[in-house]
Amino acid sequence: MTSLLLIEQSLNGLQLGVMLFLMAAGLTLVFGIMDLIHLSHGSFYMVGAYFTATFARLTDSFVLGLLLALPAVAVVGMAVELVAVRRLYARDHLEQVLGTFGLILFFNEGVRMLWGPQPIFLSPPAALAGTVEVLPGLPYPAFRLAILAVGLAVALALWGLVNHTRLGMLVRAGASNRAMAGALGVNIPTLFTAVFGLGAALAGLAGGMAGPVLAVQVGMGESILILTFVVIVIGGIGSIRGALVGAVLVGLVDTLARLMLPSLLRTVLPPSQADGLGSSLASMGIYVLMAAVLAVRPRGLFPARG
Amino acid sequence: MLSIKGLLVAGVAAAALVTAAQASAAEGEVRIGMITTLSGPGSSLGNDVRDAFALAVKELGGKLGGLKAVVLEGDDQQKPEVAKELATRMVEKDKIDFATGIIWSNLALALMPTFERGQVYFVSANAGPSQLAGKQCNPYFFSASYQNDGQHEAMGHYVQAKGYKRVYLMAPNYPAGKDGLNGFKRFYAGEVAGEVYTQVGQLDYAAEIATLKAAKPDAVFVFYPGGMGVNFVKQWHQAGLKGQVPLFGPGFTFSEDTLAAMGDAALGTLNAAQWSPDIDNAENRTFVAGFTAAYGRLPSVYASQAYDAAKLIDAAIRKSGGKLADKDALRKGLKAAEFKSVRGAFKFGANQFPIQNYYLREVIKDDKGRYLNKLKSVVFTEHKDAYSVECGM
Repeated sequence: MTSLLLIEQSLNGLQLGVMLFLMAAGLTLVFGIMDLIHLSHGSFYMVGAYFTATFARLTDSFVLGLLLALPAVAVVGMAVELVAVRRLYARDHLEQVLGTFGLILFFNEGVRMLWGPQPIFLSPPAALAGTVEVLPGLPYPAFRLAILAVGLAVALALWGLVNHTRLGMLVRAGASNRAMAGALGVNIPTLFTAVFGLGAALAGLAGGMAGPVLAVQVGMGESILILTFVVIVIGGIGSIRGALVGAVLVGLVDTLARLMLPSLLRTVLPPSQADGLGSSLASMGIYVLMAAVLAVRPRGLFPARG
Repeated sequence: MLSIKGLLVAGVAAAALVTAAQASAAEGEVRIGMITTLSGPGSSLGNDVRDAFALAVKELGGKLGGLKAVVLEGDDQQKPEVAKELATRMVEKDKIDFATGIIWSNLALALMPTFERGQVYFVSANAGPSQLAGKQCNPYFFSASYQNDGQHEAMGHYVQAKGYKRVYLMAPNYPAGKDGLNGFKRFYAGEVAGEVYTQVGQLDYAAEIATLKAAKPDAVFVFYPGGMGVNFVKQWHQAGLKGQVPLFGPGFTFSEDTLAAMGDAALGTLNAAQWSPDIDNAENRTFVAGFTAAYGRLPSVYASQAYDAAKLIDAAIRKSGGKLADKDALRKGLKAAEFKSVRGAFKFGANQFPIQNYYLREVIKDDKGRYLNKLKSVVFTEHKDAYSVECGM
């Protein structure tokens, strides 16, 4: 029983990790290549979820809705880069923080005006609404397995893109030394726009898939953004591999700590106190992990820049 | 730094001037501060409260107790600090006579001192924390809804009577969550297979549901209002537990404001509340028909409470002779509760919380495809909360 529970919770942790990876993969490139402190990445997550909800309603198909939402979010991302973010590259970090924080407010208010303040609840596609027997005696929600599968497939595709294509080579060059890449004739502005659009689409994918599990609502991007920052710091700025390892670590530590700590504390404290204390300690778990990683490797696990 | 300080002082001074200028409300009107949750996962509750209150005022010809009703609205976003700011502004600047709308018990507790200082009657359309029912009972607090424990006590009583032996309990970690599970355990004597408090506003319950499943309980009782409930019940369904383990809740978890979003996942679940859409009296029939016609959706238990809150304020002003400045007369008027509640019999106990019936309800789908509760039986008759003995009023 306990081992089945552990496997199920690990799957839950992996699923959170995969979502975080989709967020972190785009954002770590923005940090690494553009040297930009970008706070409004969570807005693309939110916009992706709203687009998915709207397109799913129009087409009557969640999968079609999600597929339509991805290019739409990419376009929004590129437009944001062209209109606003581009002006921030040369500024100092404080101004980047202010500028991109302003974008969060802009997107939250915009979504509130367009879709209203009430959350939208999506249902998973009918084929994925039930459970799948992963192991004998361990049924697991099919939609969450689908999230895992999509996330892993995207990780594989990104790995191929970054390591085996010309665009990927440019991205890697930009991440390790931007000035040199520019000097060698890489069209930096176009590359930045493309990377920004790709990052936005990945965040939108995470948001769209989160819709049926969570709820589509204003401000949904902020809570996941904080975890994404932790992932990037742990993984090392600018590194896709670091983002993957960091995301899985954070997902597992967060979920398993939430499971273990309250039950450990229950042996010494009454349940209501144990759960209160346990869940607050568990939410500290990932920050303890981050501190530990930074103590040993101050630049994260796989820093992109040598 | 000095100059910033200077600016602040100037700002405070200017604000004070503005306050002084706006201090007097017009003669012949009553000002209501409607502070409620209109955005985020808890917004379904706040929307119902705001809309039902507005409906009652409209039915009364835009008046409460014969005075022109001015309802000032504020979205607290379920955040205590936002609510506090709204309350302070409404009490000091807008000079409200009554406050209502507050959904969450932690917010109600945070705002009570502000209302008491401003001698504003807080007529709760939802939150009914045990603190305000017992030792900290307050002459300026009236609950037109319930004491937090009530619905849970009724369900505890039912689950006990049905002979369940190992029940797993879950609630959000805030005052009403603790009140709720305490209420359940007051009437349930069996083993508690697990008692889990999750973060308020948590939306992913996968980890908790897996732990719950491993504990193999006889039955599960969860208190999750608003979006939390939608997500819990949907994820419960997605995890394949519906039909495997009986799921019970207070009326808050299975309420008309969220039943549509839960869909079939909630169908057939039993829950308890002091109201149901099909309670058979003239006021309730008018209310349900009026609300459905005005807003195109079914009212929830929260809506029923807000509708009653407006009617209670109306009756209180009438009884006090319309003199809003006479706080004692107003209080007597509120205590008398000379209005016809949509839930049937309604009266206040010494702690100014209702003494009322609680009913068992079942979630059904009607012939129009709408999800709603159907009254099954009476669990408690004229139920009084457990804290009133601690109240010195």
